[in-house]
Amino acid sequence: MFVTSAFAQESAPATEGAHTGTEGGTHSATEVPAEAHGTFPPFDPATFPSQLLWLAITFGLFYLFLKKVVMPRVGGIIEVRSDRITQDLDQAAKLKGEADAAVAAYEQELAEAKTKANAIGQQANDATKAEAETVRKKIEAALDKKLGEAEASIASIKANAMKEVGTIAEDTASAIVEALVGGKTGKAEIAAAVKSVAR
Amino acid sequence: MAADKVDPIHQFHIVKLIPINIGGYDLSFTNSALFMVATVAIASAFLYLSTSSRSLIPGRLQSVSEMAYEFVANMLRDAAGTQGMKFFPFVFSLFMFVLVANLLGLFPYFFTITSHIIVTFGLAALVIGTVIVYGFMKHGMGFLKLFVPKGVPILMMVLVVPIEVISFVSRPVSLSVRLFANMLAGHITLKVFSGFVVSLSALGALGVAGSILPLAMAVALTALELLVALLQAYVFAVLTCMYLNDALHPSH
Repeated sequence: MFVTSAFAQESAPATEGAHTGTEGGTHSATEVPAEAHGTFPPFDPATFPSQLLWLAITFGLFYLFLKKVVMPRVGGIIEVRSDRITQDLDQAAKLKGEADAAVAAYEQELAEAKTKANAIGQQANDATKAEAETVRKKIEAALDKKLGEAEASIASIKANAMKEVGTIAEDTASAIVEALVGGKTGKAEIAAAVKSVAR
Repeated sequence: MAADKVDPIHQFHIVKLIPINIGGYDLSFTNSALFMVATVAIASAFLYLSTSSRSLIPGRLQSVSEMAYEFVANMLRDAAGTQGMKFFPFVFSLFMFVLVANLLGLFPYFFTITSHIIVTFGLAALVIGTVIVYGFMKHGMGFLKLFVPKGVPILMMVLVVPIEVISFVSRPVSLSVRLFANMLAGHITLKVFSGFVVSLSALGALGVAGSILPLAMAVALTALELLVALLQAYVFAVLTCMYLNDALHPSH
């Protein structure tokens, strides 16, 4: 015997097909059945309207709740996350590009600085060389001048000395002549004689 | 009565909690209705509360909700394409409802709503009803192409079309009976083995020793039933997706 047979037979003639064999009216509606035989509960049509109604109510509410509240929320969470991930990836790519650009700029600047340094070095070298050359030339010129002066002074000294030699020779000659010959000899004659001998 | 305790069918009895009778129909609030409410309340509360923080980096519970969401979303997208996503709330509700109802039924003394054919049939009829209504709304008479596979010779049509029609008509039956029978059989088996434990224990020391075997069986069956509960919810959702695909793309 099942729980609702009496109730169903009284109130729902539409479902009588399944209950024709049961003895109704002996059980109260809320009594838990004791016998194992009777209608197998899952196949008891008397419970169908109630189960279908409550299924419709509960599942309908569940569907509406999920559709209106839960799913937009979960979908939103997942969407926000995927947006955030793409955004972060984009930013990472951007930052990497910036870093690459910075490295390239640094390397270019380094290369420029190197060439510039080389140029400066070269220039300094050249300038130093030029300066050294001018200084050298100046010194050489000064030395040449001094050499010339020295040579001139040597020449004049030599000329003087030679002149002195002539005088000495004339003096000596006049002295020799005086001692040998006695008497005075004209100065001009002796000079002429010395000059011819010196030649 | 002692017999009550080991009666494997006892767990499926509907008990009226609040008798309601409208227009000659018995619409009482029963233990079945109570567990439908509990299923919906638990599933809703879990999904709502676990996602309430909306963390960018999900916690464990939020991960579970998100995984269920994405699992069903992928299932539906694979079976019915992106057009099928308009049914996503429906499929997700079905999956969560069946899953939570099955899992809730595993607790001792709890009522398993999916072990009643009318509940699973109600859900299956909802699925097939959606397929038929949407199919005719979207394709009109073109929906009938579902029963006429392409590239079949005219002569063969005589044979093929009735087969297709029969297979379509049997869908709500197979969909509902599969879930119902799995849950029913599993719970009866569990109850039978648990009943052995109780009956044997009542026989004294030897009986208690002998009851270890059915107890081990009951433990193993509980694990199996957990698997079945998850698997049947998945199967129900997958088949729903495939049927919805027919509504979207009737010509094979």
